[in-house]
Amino acid sequence: MNPRKALLILVPYMWLLALFLVPFVIVLKISLSDVELAIPPYTPTLDISAGWAGLKDFLSQLDFENYVWLTQDDLYWKAYLSSLQIAVVSTFLTLLVGFPIAYGMANAPDEWRPTLMMLVILPFWTSFLIRVYAWMGILSNEGFLNQFLLWTGLISEPLTILNTNTAVYIGIVYTYLPFMILPIYSTLEKLDGSLLEAAEDLGCTRTTAFWLVTLPLSRPGVIAGCFLVFIPALGEFVIPSLLGGSDTLMIGKVLWEEFFSNRDWPVASAVAVVLLALLIIPIVLFQRQQERQQEAEK
Amino acid sequence: MSEPAPSTGPSVFAPWNDPAERPLIQFQNVTKRFGDFTAIDNLTVDIYAREFFALLGPSGCGKTTLMRMLAGFETPTEGYILLDGSDIGSVPPNRRAVNMMFQSYALFPHLTVSENIAFGLKRDKLPKDQIAARVDEMLRLVQLQKFAGRKPHQISGGQRQRVALARSLAKAPKLLLLDEPLGALDKKLRTDTQFELMEIQETTGTTFVIVTHDQEEAMTVASRVAVMDHGKMVQVDTPDRIYETPNSVYVADFIGDVNLVEGTASAHHRDGKIEIHWAEGKPPIVGTPMQPIADGTRCTFAIRPEKVHISKEHPEGKSNIMQGKIIDIAYLGNISTYHVQIPTGEIFKAQTANTRRIERRKFTWDDEVWLWWSETAGVVLTG
Amino acid sequence: MRRLTWFNTVSLTFGFAFLYVPMLILIIFSFNESKLVTVWAGFSTKWYGELIRNEAFLDAAWVTLKVAVASSTAATILGTMAAHVMVRGGRFFGRTLFSGMIYAPLVMPEVITGLSLLLLFIAIGLDRGVFTIVLAHTTFSMCYVSVVVSSRLVSFDRSVEEAALDLGCTPFEAFRLVTLPIILPAVISGWLLAFTLSLDDLVIASFTAGPSSTTLPIKIFSSVRLGVSPEINALSTIMICIVAVGVIATSVMSKRAIARQAREEKAAMQAA
Repeated sequence: MNPRKALLILVPYMWLLALFLVPFVIVLKISLSDVELAIPPYTPTLDISAGWAGLKDFLSQLDFENYVWLTQDDLYWKAYLSSLQIAVVSTFLTLLVGFPIAYGMANAPDEWRPTLMMLVILPFWTSFLIRVYAWMGILSNEGFLNQFLLWTGLISEPLTILNTNTAVYIGIVYTYLPFMILPIYSTLEKLDGSLLEAAEDLGCTRTTAFWLVTLPLSRPGVIAGCFLVFIPALGEFVIPSLLGGSDTLMIGKVLWEEFFSNRDWPVASAVAVVLLALLIIPIVLFQRQQERQQEAEK
Repeated sequence: MSEPAPSTGPSVFAPWNDPAERPLIQFQNVTKRFGDFTAIDNLTVDIYAREFFALLGPSGCGKTTLMRMLAGFETPTEGYILLDGSDIGSVPPNRRAVNMMFQSYALFPHLTVSENIAFGLKRDKLPKDQIAARVDEMLRLVQLQKFAGRKPHQISGGQRQRVALARSLAKAPKLLLLDEPLGALDKKLRTDTQFELMEIQETTGTTFVIVTHDQEEAMTVASRVAVMDHGKMVQVDTPDRIYETPNSVYVADFIGDVNLVEGTASAHHRDGKIEIHWAEGKPPIVGTPMQPIADGTRCTFAIRPEKVHISKEHPEGKSNIMQGKIIDIAYLGNISTYHVQIPTGEIFKAQTANTRRIERRKFTWDDEVWLWWSETAGVVLTG
Repeated sequence: MRRLTWFNTVSLTFGFAFLYVPMLILIIFSFNESKLVTVWAGFSTKWYGELIRNEAFLDAAWVTLKVAVASSTAATILGTMAAHVMVRGGRFFGRTLFSGMIYAPLVMPEVITGLSLLLLFIAIGLDRGVFTIVLAHTTFSMCYVSVVVSSRLVSFDRSVEEAALDLGCTPFEAFRLVTLPIILPAVISGWLLAFTLSLDDLVIASFTAGPSSTTLPIKIFSSVRLGVSPEINALSTIMICIVAVGVIATSVMSKRAIARQAREEKAAMQAA
């Protein structure tokens, strides 16, 4: 290998090793350490000058105490379960909202489609924080939604939506909707129109053709969209902390508070490690599905 | 299948027959492996200056690998490649006096036609006026002066092909490699371009090595054709010899249409001819082997359909006569091919030129006919 | 067979209303006279004036811009290199690990990325500030850049690069003169993506920022936590408008470019 090519590989490689992989090793290590009133607020720290004996001493002080703690305090496993529940429910809701939009886009006239596409992508480029913030004004007790519902006479008292799990669901559906629409749209758009004609020719009505042809063939897009919403929703922090209430438990929020409010770095690290372990399953499944999809398209 | 094109160029051009001639390119026991796969298998061949050398074979036979080794994109695993007597095995592509015309043309989409042609010249740091003059010359050569300022997407496929040719010729390489140069053109344009290519090759005096899977194209343009299979060159010869005297069943079958009959050679006939016993109770076929064949050797007799005569009456005084029934007729306009089944079940193909109008045709389906051919019309193959 | 049914029309109307009404309300209330964001009290641009006079916001905006320009530029260079290695690098030691490290940050929760980088900076004794945010943003956005650039590299004809080598380019010249101009649109969109990701990021910046280096999202978040404020609405309106103008302009331009190319190709075919 010539030196120029080696350099080309080494620069990004070293960067990612130093700023992506090494930090993880540190998180893992701190999660096995004990909390200490010091700077840094954990013990032990590795004393390289002590050599082999130092390393042995260091390793002997590491333990799984923090992980044991996570199982004993029910705050943590409740937070994991509630994160899972919120992520699953909001993924499903996003699918319910996103599929009809993607389907409508795929059926729209050719000259509309680039514009519709742009309208779906545009929110993605605007600030995530601002999009979540927009709902704070709408969902509050004296907010736009309550004013509207009171005006229509559907309700007589303002509903409490902000600072509840409902607000979190709305926030996740809203901010992650483009991630659901785009993959579904791209599979529906590729769908050969003559397949539907064939189905109708063989006796289907338009509705049965949708259930028997369109829906099964849109499955790869649906699966991809669900993963793209589920994975980030699980570790979400901004939405539960702005729209959720004090009883909204999500693991991203717990980690944040453990770190910034309690300054318990070892426990925060342990929470991070478990969250990652929880995420690995859907990530690997997603990867597999994408690979299968690529195989099928070859 | 049509008749082979007559050998092009002056009939005296045959440097491969002249022991004093030094080859431009020499492959010496070249082997190329990709992991477990052997793409080129211990290959030795010489290519001479001013040749139009065609590499012909099915996909995966190693012809593209061979060309990419000449260009410098692959290095041989074993053996040597010599250009003008010096080993170029490890010379990178940018320092070789070899240029390539790519199958996809590989035109730079962000540069105009003349910038594309000037690209290689600029790398040589030639003075500006020289570059301009050379680009002009090249544009004239391929008749694209009017399109000099256009981008590749603003010209047609045929024009792109010529830009690619001009670009690869601009540096006046010792050797020009053409990878399926006409593959993307439609049939009519392809035939015209073949002749243009030959003309350009002659005017510039450049050595061309062309890769193609189209046997007609190889036969039309090449001074010599190398038929490749599984990383080996099965036969390297002039187009007419490849067609008329293939050295193996593979070559005979790959080039053009052929009738193949398997049998056993026996009892030397007169004048070095042999008899081939091919079916129980059938008169043997008399053929002429290219080299002596031992008694009892398994061999294959190959004969081109256009050399098989067909008639309604029993031909008198001819050898190799068979009777059969026409079961199929393929009318191709200029010629017709008759599929004739003989009583043992084998099917022979015979071809006649349609010199008369169709309603005057002599034969039709289910006619009983006689087939015959002369003792020198076919070849006896042992490979 | 594509027909827009009434069902499609209804779902498109409601879908896009859902996507855009919240932002519209946000924009409308940025022009509200009253301090109360939810009650309309007449048109006014006074909150924009307040915003311009708010030193803390302006400082944070300046920090954010510096971070975004620096990190997206670094991420574009590193990400393009990484994409080249992924697509053209062939086999090398640790390739699987490398591609894993490229894709992992895309699915990594921001809290984890932020926490781990902070712990790294503390472990090596690096003072937190603009520099550490730039390092953090470069790391996660280079992965996005490399995904965008590699999808372009995969789709382009390798033989164009080989042609450049064949005509006498060194590998670096071939990249500079041929590959880069061809993949430039992808590199630019990679840069824009990295830039927006950096402008947008709250979580990772919160972990890696020092006390003197507050970015705009951090500032917005801390003031929004206390409730809605018309100043934030004004700020949001400005940001939404900039993005909208940018996205619409790019999509119109690219649509025109595609149409022109198609027209010229058609003309070339007919002339032939």
